[in-house]
Amino acid sequence: MIPKKSEQSESVMDFPKTKMTEKPVKRFKSRKKKSGYENATGYLFISPFLIGLFCLTLYPIVYSFYLSFTQYDLLGSPTWIGLDNYTRMFTNDDMFWTSMKTTFFYAGVAVPFRLIFALLVALALNKITEMVGLYRTMLYLPSVVGGSIAISIMWRQLFGNDGAFNSFLALLGLPTHSWLGDPDTAIWTLIVLYGWQFGSSMLIFLAGLRNIPKTYYEASAVDGARPIQQFFKITLPLLTPVILFNMVMQVINGFMAFTPSFIVTNGGPMNSTVLFVLYMYRRAFEFFEMGYGSAMAWVMLVIIAALTALIFKSSGKWVHYEGEQK
Amino acid sequence: MNTQNKKLKKFIQHTAMIVFTLIMLYPLAWMVGSSLKESSSVFIDAHKIIPDVFRFENYIEGWKGFGGITFSTFFMNSFVIVIISTIGSVLSSTLIAFGFARINFVGKKLWFVCMMLTMMLPYEMVMIPQYIMFNGFGWIDTYLPLILPTFFGAPFFIFLIMQFIRTIPTELDQAAKIDGCGTFGIFFRIICPLVVPAMMTAAIFSFYWRWDDFMGPLLYLTTPAKYPVSLALKLFSDPNSVTNWGAMFAMSTISLIPVFIIFFIFQRYIVDGISTSGLKS
Repeated sequence: MIPKKSEQSESVMDFPKTKMTEKPVKRFKSRKKKSGYENATGYLFISPFLIGLFCLTLYPIVYSFYLSFTQYDLLGSPTWIGLDNYTRMFTNDDMFWTSMKTTFFYAGVAVPFRLIFALLVALALNKITEMVGLYRTMLYLPSVVGGSIAISIMWRQLFGNDGAFNSFLALLGLPTHSWLGDPDTAIWTLIVLYGWQFGSSMLIFLAGLRNIPKTYYEASAVDGARPIQQFFKITLPLLTPVILFNMVMQVINGFMAFTPSFIVTNGGPMNSTVLFVLYMYRRAFEFFEMGYGSAMAWVMLVIIAALTALIFKSSGKWVHYEGEQK
Repeated sequence: MNTQNKKLKKFIQHTAMIVFTLIMLYPLAWMVGSSLKESSSVFIDAHKIIPDVFRFENYIEGWKGFGGITFSTFFMNSFVIVIISTIGSVLSSTLIAFGFARINFVGKKLWFVCMMLTMMLPYEMVMIPQYIMFNGFGWIDTYLPLILPTFFGAPFFIFLIMQFIRTIPTELDQAAKIDGCGTFGIFFRIICPLVVPAMMTAAIFSFYWRWDDFMGPLLYLTTPAKYPVSLALKLFSDPNSVTNWGAMFAMSTISLIPVFIIFFIFQRYIVDGISTSGLKS
C-alpha cells in the first residue's frame, strides 16, 4: 500500500512541470467535431455543478443584491428602501467603520506575518537534510487543528489573566498583562493565533523551493554570489508566483475571519476585536436585519474584489515567471 | 571544510529547529496537560504541562455534556454530518471533474471560468440569502442545509481531481473506446479507479472542513440534541458558566482526536494535496 501511495502522489506532484498535457485533448477534438452525444454527456456530468451554481450561488447572489436595497426581518416580505442601507452604513454607523478598521488592521498585519513566518520556516527546513519530514509534520499540525473551536477556546485560556502566557511572564520576572481585557492588545492575540497556523503556507513554499533547480545556486556560487545575494536574486524571484497565490488566498481568508473573534474575544473588549464578518453576523442574525447584512456583504465583496485585482495588477511588476514555465 | 565544523553546524541547526517546533506545539501540549489537571489547579502555575496529579475523571465528567445530552450524541451528530457530506462532495466533484477534463462540449470554457470564480467567492457572501431560502423551505433545525449543498460539488475538489485526471494519458480512454467502452464505461472503469488518490485527498480535506464547520451549525441548528461537537463545545465552554475547567479542556482535546487520527494516517495525501494546489499558478 505504501509504495503505491507514493507513486500516485508523485504523479500529482509532477503536474505543474508537465502542464501542457492538454495537447492530446486538442488533437482528439480536431479529429472529431463536438457531437450531440458529447454535448449531452458533458452536460450530464457537470449537471450537479450547474444546479449548484444556479440555485446555491447565482440566485442567492442576485437575491442578496436585491435584499441590500430593502429592509427585511424574516417576517412578512422585504420592504424597498432604496439606498438607505448603504447611506446608513457609510454615514450613520460608527460600528461599521470600527469593524472595517479592525479588519484592515487584522488582515494587514496577520497576513504578512503568517506569510513571512511561513517563508522563513520553509527556508530553514530546506537547508536541513535529516528529519525534514518530522519537522514538517509537526509544524503543520497547528494548521490542521487551528480552525477548530477547541483551539479558539484554548487560546482564550492561554492568554487569559491567569493563563499560561502570563504565568510564563511571571516566571521570567516580566510584568503580566490582561491581554484579552485590554482593547489595545486583544487584537494581537488573534493575530498571533492567525500567524501560528502558518503550516499550509509553509508547505506550499517548501514545494516551491524544491522546484528551484540546484544548478542555479551552483552556477551563482561559482560566480562568487553570497547566500544573501542568492536569496534575493534567485530564491525570492523564483518564488514570487507561489507568493502571489498564497497572498491572494490568505488576504481573502484574513478578511473573512470569524471564529477567532467570535470565540476568543467575542468582539470585546470595548468592540476592539469586532471583525467585519462578526459584525455582519450580528446585524443579520442577532438583530435580524437581513437587508442591512446583505448590503454589508456586498461592500465586503467589492473590497475583496478590489484588493484581489490590485494584487494581480501589481503582480506584473514583482512576479517573475520563468521562460520555460510560461 | 572540516567535518568537525559541519557536525557542529548540523547540531546547532537541529537544536534550533527542535526548540522552535516545541514552542509551536506548546499550546497543544498545554491543552492536553490542562485536561488532566484538577480544575482548581489549572490556573495555578498555569504554564506547567504535566499535572501534579493526573485526573482522568475530567474526561468522564466532561463527557456527560450539558442539559442531559452527553457528548456521545454530539459526536454521533458530527459523524453523520461529516460522513454524508464528505461522500456527497467527493462523488459529485469526481463526476464534474471528469466532465470538465475529458468531454468536449459547447460552453465548457464558460462554465469552467464560472467554477474558478466560485472558488474565490467567500461563503459569507451567500450566507444571508441561503439562510432565507432554507428558512423558506422549512429546513431550519435540520441537517439539510449543512448536507445538501455538498452534493453539488465543491470547486476546490473539482479542480484538484481535474488536475489529477489530466495526468492520466488519453491513450487509455481511446484504447477503452476501441474495446467498446462508452463515455460512462471510461469514467467508471478507467478514470474512477485511477483517480482514487485524488478522491482521498478531497475526502480528507472535506472531513476537516466539515468537522471544524462552525458557522453552518450555528446558523441552522437550534435544538441542542442536534448539535455537532463544534457547536456543543462552544456552549460547553461559555466563559460565564464554566466552572469545571479540567472537563472543558478534556472535551476540547477529545474533539480534536478524529482530526489527529486522520492527519497521522493520511498525511502524505494532505501534504501533496496542498503542495500541488499551491503550485498551479
